[in-house]
Order: sequence, then structure tokens, then C-alpha cells
Amino acid sequence: MSAYVVAIIGSILILLGIMELLRRRQLSEKYAVLWLVVGVLLLILTIFPGLLGTVSVAAGIEVPSNLLFFTAIVFLIGVALHLSWELSRLEDETRKLAEDLAILRLDVEEQGKRLRSPKDSGH
Amino acid sequence: MSSEFLGRALIVVPAWNEEAAVGETVREILDSVPNADVLVVDDGSTDLTAEAAKAAGALVLELPFNLGVGGAMRAGFRYAVRHGYDAAVQVDADGQHNPAEVPDLLAKLHEADIVIGARFAEKGDYQVRGPRKWAMVVLSKVLSWVAKTRLTDTTSGFKATGKRALPLFAENYPVEYLGDTIESLVIAVRAGCTITQVPAHMRPRRAGTPSHSPWKSTVYLGRAGFALLLALIRRWDVSVRASTPRVPTPTATVERGAA
Ligand SMILES: Nc1nc2c(ncn2[C@@H]2O[C@H](COP(=O)(O)OP(=O)(O)O)[C@@H](O)[C@H]2O)c(=O)[nH]1
Ligand SMILES: [Mg+2]
Repeated sequence: MSAYVVAIIGSILILLGIMELLRRRQLSEKYAVLWLVVGVLLLILTIFPGLLGTVSVAAGIEVPSNLLFFTAIVFLIGVALHLSWELSRLEDETRKLAEDLAILRLDVEEQGKRLRSPKDSGH
Repeated sequence: MSSEFLGRALIVVPAWNEEAAVGETVREILDSVPNADVLVVDDGSTDLTAEAAKAAGALVLELPFNLGVGGAMRAGFRYAVRHGYDAAVQVDADGQHNPAEVPDLLAKLHEADIVIGARFAEKGDYQVRGPRKWAMVVLSKVLSWVAKTRLTDTTSGFKATGKRALPLFAENYPVEYLGDTIESLVIAVRAGCTITQVPAHMRPRRAGTPSHSPWKSTVYLGRAGFALLLALIRRWDVSVRASTPRVPTPTATVERGAA
């Protein structure tokens, strides 16, 4: 019985943590939806532990915890893949920023030189 | 509306692949608001948007990749703050906002920090139906309540931002989907800015295709609701005093060096 209470408190804390990150704008909208859904599902499963058993029977899985492990692994692989994709995009964007910055720096330097040297300034 | 706007205004035009429309839009703005500067923010377009805008006489910020309307507008607000403008007005590149109405929006800045050009269905060709329409109605109701003033079109991009709100938006303008319309108003209210609206006519777009297609409208309803919810629960420790420090721009330094 006490394990049940601890589990519920844990789930609520996780959900509150997600909400607080959201409120402080440390999570952008696209990740917010994902983690809110996860948090709510977690809470529902903790409050109604029988639900997992019912779903596993329906899915033809003998040990209910295996269903939990299976979904968790698939979900985490999905998240890892998505993060790799985001990271690759970010890397490409930072590169472009660095390249544009170098071009700008050259442009500004050239402009400064032209303004300083009296020979070229008469146009 | 007798009072005229006397400060320096920057017209910010977010544009993404609008080569067919942006030139004429810029020329029209320069005709209607001769003493304003036009800044086109070319958001990683793959066509000749930047060239068309420059040829028409606009200043052009070329972003190296797509940042979305919110990101493009924030770049515009930052430019406005750094160069000491007194107001910034968003005008869409596709020609749907009528530049002739920009002076009306600017004149209203005497009464509020933000002026929305509200599209009234009976005054133009602008029509929306189905889920997107319902979303717009609910959004307007909720945001009117938040802002404590009657707002009928809170998803309009046609907006004037006054001097008090400029530094706030330069720092905090939302870059997420729909954030530039919904959340920006909530941030402004939280920071103590006042909002009002003037009627505006919506014209059909000049060329190209809108970024929202009709089949996306149900998704729009859900995301708009979520964006509103987020905007309302998020904590904004902002005040209109929070500002981007005005740093000397490279051009200003060069000019002084040359003198
Ligand atoms: N900077 C920028 N502008 C965009 C982007 N998507 C659309 N726009 C511009 O925003 C304006 C409004 O877009 P539009 O597709 O007409 O949307 P609607 O009028 O709300 O249906 C136009 O000037 C577009 O060029 C984007 O990703 N970045
Ligand atoms: Mg449009």
C-alpha cells in the first residue's frame, strides 16, 4: 500500500517538474506536448495499476511489465533519434552562422580600409 | 484620429519566398508612408526575394536559414531598437495588408503601446471558415479578457509597436508557431503595455501561395489552443524597462571615424 502512495507521489512530482520547466520557458512548445503526454500517462498507470495488466492481455503479452519495458524502449529510441536529428540541424545552422560572420567581418574590414585610405575614398 | 505620428517608424516586412509580391509591396509602402524606412526580413528564401526587395528600395536583412515569422520579426525589432526607431509596424510581404492604413495604426500609438489592424470580415475580402474561424473567435475573447479591452482579431499580423514595447519585443518576442500573434500580446500585457485596435481591410494576396492550407485548419485549432494555454501559464518576469542595451553600430563607428 505504501509503495502505491510513493509511486503516485513520484508521478505527480514528475508531472509538476515538467509543468514548472514549461512555465519557466525552459521547454519549447514541441517538446512540451511530448513530455506532458508522458507525464499524464505515467500518472494514470500509477493510479490504476490494473490498467497495464488489462492492456497486456489485450495485446497478447503474458508479463505486463514486459509491455511497459517494450513501450519505454521504443519511445526512448524515438526520442534519441529525434534529438540526433535536431542536433545535426543545429550543427548545420551554427556552421552557416560562423560562415556568414566571417563574410561580414571581411566586408566590414574592407569597408573600414576603404574609408581610411585617402586614395580610394574619392569616388 | 487627428493626431499624427511624428517619430521615426520602421516598417518590418517578413518575407519567405515572396519574390513575386515583395517588390510591389515595398514600393506601395514607400508611397504611403514616405518618411518611414522599410526593412524586409528575408527568411532564408530560396528565390529572389532579397533582390526584388533591394531593387524596390528596402533595407534587407538576409537570414542564413528559416527562423519563422516570429524569429524574423524579432530580428526586425532588434534592428529598430539598435537604430533608435520610435515605432515598428509589421506589414506582410504578400500585399494582404494595405500600406495606406499604416498611418492610421501609427496615429493610434498615442493611445496605446500596441495597435492591431483588425480585419473585419464585412470590410474586405478576408474570409475564414471552419475550425480556424472558431479558433480565432475564442482567442479574441480570451485575449480581450486578458488585455481588458475589446479585441476582435488577435491573430492579425498587421500590428504597430510603440517605443515602450520595442525593447520588450526585441528581447522576448516569441518565435514558436503562432507565438508571434497570441503569446506576444500576453507578454505585452504582463509587461504593463496597453493594446488597442483599428479597423483594417484585408486584401487578397498578390501572388504566391499562403503558408496555411485549408486542410491544416483543424491542426491549427489544436495548436492555437495549446499556444494560448502555454502563454497563459508561462511566467513572464518582464517589464517595459527591460531593454536591449543600445550598442554603437558598425556603421555609426565608421561614420565617426571618417569625419
Ligand atoms: N520571415 C518569414 N516570413 C514568413 C514565413 N512564412 C510566411 N511568412 C510571411 O508572412 C506573411 C504572411 O504569410 P501568409 O502565408 O500569407 O500567412 P497568412 O496571411 O496568415 O495566411 C507573408 O509576408 C509571408 O511571406 C517564414 O517562415 N518566415
Ligand atoms: Mg497572407
